Amino acid sequence: MFLINCPFCGEREQSEFKAGGEAHIVRPKQPTELSDDEWAEYLFMRKNIKGVQFERWNHVHGCRKWFNMVRDTSNDQIKAVYKMGEKPPVK
Amino acid sequence: MSNNLRFKTSKFIDETYRVSFKFNNKTYFGFKGDTLASALLANGIHLVGRSFKYHRPRGIMTSGSEEPNAIIQLHDNSSRTEPNVRATEVEIYEGLVASSQNCWPSVNFDIGGINNLLSPILPAGFYYKTFMWPASFWEKYEYFIRKSAGLGKSPKVADPDIYEHKYIHCDVLVIGAGISGIMAAKMAAKNGFKTLLVDEKSYLGGSSIYDNSEFSKINNQITSSWLEKEINEISKLENLEIKIRTSVAAYHGYNFLLARENLTDHLPINQRENKVRQRLLKIRAKKVITATGSIERPLIFDNNDRPGIMLSSAIKKYIDLYGVACGENNILFTNNDTVYETAMSLIQRGIKINAIIDNREQIDSKISYEVEKNNIKIYKGYSVVDTYGYRRINKISIMKLSKDGQTVIGDKTKLNCDCLGVSGGWTPAVHLFTQSGGKLKFRDEDQIFIPNVYPSDQISIGSCNGEFGLDEIIKNTLSSIKKFLNIDNSEYKNIETVSGLNLLKRNIWLLPSDKPVGKTKSFVDYQNDATAKDIKLALREGFRSIEHVKRYTTTGMGTDQGKLGNMHALGIISETAGTKMGEHGTTTFRPPYTPLTFGTIVGRNVGEFFDIFRRTPIHDWHVANNAEFENVGQWKRAWYYPKDNENMHQAVQRESKAARDSAGILDASTLGKIDIQGTDASEFLNRVYTNAWSKLAVGKCRYGLMLNEDGMVYDDGVTTRLGENHYIMTTTTGGAANVLGKLEDYLQTEWPELDVYLSSVTDHYATISVCGPNSKKIVSKVIPDLDLSDEKFPHMSFKNAKINNIKCRVMRISFTGEHSYEINIQANFGKSVWEKCMEAGKDFNITPYGTETMHLLRAEKGFIIVGQDTDATLTPIDLQMDWIVSKKKYDFIGKRSLYRSDTIREDRKQLVGLLTENPEEVLEEGAQIVADIKKSPIEMLGHVTSSYYSPNLKKSIALGVVKGGKNMLGQKLIIPMENKNINVTVADPVFLDKEGERLNAKL
Repeated sequence: MFLINCPFCGEREQSEFKAGGEAHIVRPKQPTELSDDEWAEYLFMRKNIKGVQFERWNHVHGCRKWFNMVRDTSNDQIKAVYKMGEKPPVK
Repeated sequence: MSNNLRFKTSKFIDETYRVSFKFNNKTYFGFKGDTLASALLANGIHLVGRSFKYHRPRGIMTSGSEEPNAIIQLHDNSSRTEPNVRATEVEIYEGLVASSQNCWPSVNFDIGGINNLLSPILPAGFYYKTFMWPASFWEKYEYFIRKSAGLGKSPKVADPDIYEHKYIHCDVLVIGAGISGIMAAKMAAKNGFKTLLVDEKSYLGGSSIYDNSEFSKINNQITSSWLEKEINEISKLENLEIKIRTSVAAYHGYNFLLARENLTDHLPINQRENKVRQRLLKIRAKKVITATGSIERPLIFDNNDRPGIMLSSAIKKYIDLYGVACGENNILFTNNDTVYETAMSLIQRGIKINAIIDNREQIDSKISYEVEKNNIKIYKGYSVVDTYGYRRINKISIMKLSKDGQTVIGDKTKLNCDCLGVSGGWTPAVHLFTQSGGKLKFRDEDQIFIPNVYPSDQISIGSCNGEFGLDEIIKNTLSSIKKFLNIDNSEYKNIETVSGLNLLKRNIWLLPSDKPVGKTKSFVDYQNDATAKDIKLALREGFRSIEHVKRYTTTGMGTDQGKLGNMHALGIISETAGTKMGEHGTTTFRPPYTPLTFGTIVGRNVGEFFDIFRRTPIHDWHVANNAEFENVGQWKRAWYYPKDNENMHQAVQRESKAARDSAGILDASTLGKIDIQGTDASEFLNRVYTNAWSKLAVGKCRYGLMLNEDGMVYDDGVTTRLGENHYIMTTTTGGAANVLGKLEDYLQTEWPELDVYLSSVTDHYATISVCGPNSKKIVSKVIPDLDLSDEKFPHMSFKNAKINNIKCRVMRISFTGEHSYEINIQANFGKSVWEKCMEAGKDFNITPYGTETMHLLRAEKGFIIVGQDTDATLTPIDLQMDWIVSKKKYDFIGKRSLYRSDTIREDRKQLVGLLTENPEEVLEEGAQIVADIKKSPIEMLGHVTSSYYSPNLKKSIALGVVKGGKNMLGQKLIIPMENKNINVTVADPVFLDKEGERLNAKL
């Protein structure tokens, strides 16, 4: 079980958190302008990387804030956590 | 059997404290400090069980948690009965009752033993191959296979014991209190680390604590004496917590470990009352030191499983720790030096050793010379080729090994014995290390896997790290711990060690026999009866991966998880396949290390605490008024209120009729309520609901439908504008938490610029809904000050009011199609206001109704229930709710998805009403809907989602989803059931009062 460093609360047990899928997918500002394919790309297409992955997490049983996490899925090492809207601190 | 098996020399046994216990219905005696295994051995009993497949007699093989054979049923026929308990780990107590497993009628005479004679036709994969055909016979086979499968009996009644969970946070966790674990714990604690030391045994010190040999010394003291002083010293350290009888079950990522602490299992039953039996420790450690030691390997030769054949280290432990001789005429069989330590322990007590068989041609160690000096015959370069004796070993035959160790040569010699101690060297216990994600490497010299890459802040020390000599263990422990903890002060100055052992061994995974392999029974996995022959067969049949061979032969799949034989299986595979050992890796070591009871896993989460439930503020009234309850999410909701032996149908019919004829009252407190405030609150609602919100006047209510971004209906409910920038949203009962989460997600991640604040207020208010033609009269009695006229308080509006000076919110909204009011009041006044309404409605036959009637009433009106009539595959268009989807709004969650090529298909499943040909026939919810039953295969058009008998319409009504249903009004369809086909007609989903006359009636 991970120990996650919530950017607002500090280190907490993984059981306090909820995973929210791939990070940095921005909801299109003008969905009506998009073709079916473009909308489907936003709606359905997600990466599932073996290696370094950018993810959304929510401290659901804590401050309830959403934040981003960089995690290596091959060994579950958390490389970084950062607030929504911030640039990832690692590549 | 004679009494001279007990040597009263052990300080671990309290001879003044005699303990009686029952094994297989016979009473025996042991002493306090005994395990069940040591007490049985002291009584001359080796045969304790039967093997799984061949029902071969099996005896106690080891002295610890790795035991494959001596697994017994504890507490027969009581609510505490527990199968597969290792007799080597059970500490005896007065009144202990245990029995053998997997035998009938008794362990001494077991009918299943016939399988042993049938063994030539029961090879690996026998069941897979034999019961393949004819396929239709499987049901007949299954009965017999199931009957013979499994070991032990599970309890039939609830577990009477108490269990609990506990979190522990520490700087350093030391697993294993052997010599290196003790040293590590002392160094950590003395250097200011908050340290936890755990060991699965009932005593500290591991195998060194009973090592009285003159050949292993520390600072010129006998090892056990030196260690005793160390233990004495660390037990006084404030920084150190020590837990014995605590077995680490799992080692997860980020140094999170689970351990089982055994608190009462060693006590007499009458002393366990009201005490916690076992505790699951959830340990988060900054640093972990693994000192789990090593497990002695058996040797693989023909008939190596007879009772009386034991690990050599176990024989040593039984005599040194428990003062019990395992045999009166012993033979030891080895490929390394450790049996000479066992030999010295036996010699010291004058126990006869008939011979020592050593695979090695040359033996060169102080201790072996000492053994030879005692006139013990050592057969160098020999191997055991067979053993004899059915219920207990009585003889072995030995032959000389060829130079390459692949064959046996010369004459066969037979030797008598009643106990054979075997040692094939040592296997580091790397189970926990690999569970944590650690990578192993293979060391060729002594054919072992040792830790290589650590995935977290941890280290392995001692023999689990492949260090076997006393001097090596102490030296490496000191240097590794200093480095690992980054400390200078080691607490140990100038340690000097003496060891008499030479660590060289002659490793032969499968010892040769004078018989061909096919004729031998050389057991690799004792518990599952997997032999070397089975492994070779698996390879012949094309299995290559170790994971496949394991599953095909069941090697390592018993309750002991192959702690003894897995390495030999790997060795035999690589020898047979001609590959290099280590190339195959190992099978995966999975948690738990030793089996856990279900009680430990669930802890206190039993009975009503299994899953928490939520009660409304009016719950007690429902209970007092005979309500039946239904679970909705975590809520207990009143389902219906049976009167005078009514069944559910009768109660619901009565409640439904009363609500429409006069007045009904419903506890709606479980509906989710979210308080929404902020200058952008209206804009926010515009974005999350399908309809428009900007123009909703203060004091008005509006029904909203919420979609997922994929266009599918997610939730619904009425939202009220309380003020310019203040709304209260209601959600479905089950969806409340998810809706709040979804709204927060959008606010925080997509629209952080919006000035909106959300709070869940579900639990803050009690919600009472009063409906029916007399609702107005009732509410006016409860709140006389409130003007209920249609002009001042029209449908879909809200008013602030006071009941007994307590503020409340009253909404005129309806989920039944009747004139109705919803009173929201501070939760702690909920019950008294409910009672007030009941009192006020007395003259109008006010009838409390539950969720079932609520569902019926809304179905009459064709109102959907999200999650019952919808299932995340239906858009509002599919639900024929186009009216609620704004055409003008530029965007809202899910809008774009409503005109994807898939969502605009005409033949999507759409919500329709269904009327049965026979109005008395009520459809089954979930039943399939078809048009043509002659076509093969029959095309499934949809299914029934809601179905009731309506007492108000006096006919059966149903809602369902049907492909293209929107354009099928009036069409006949069929509901095929098990023994009949029901004819239905597609109808408008609104069955009652489509014009809304009841809702708008002047009352």
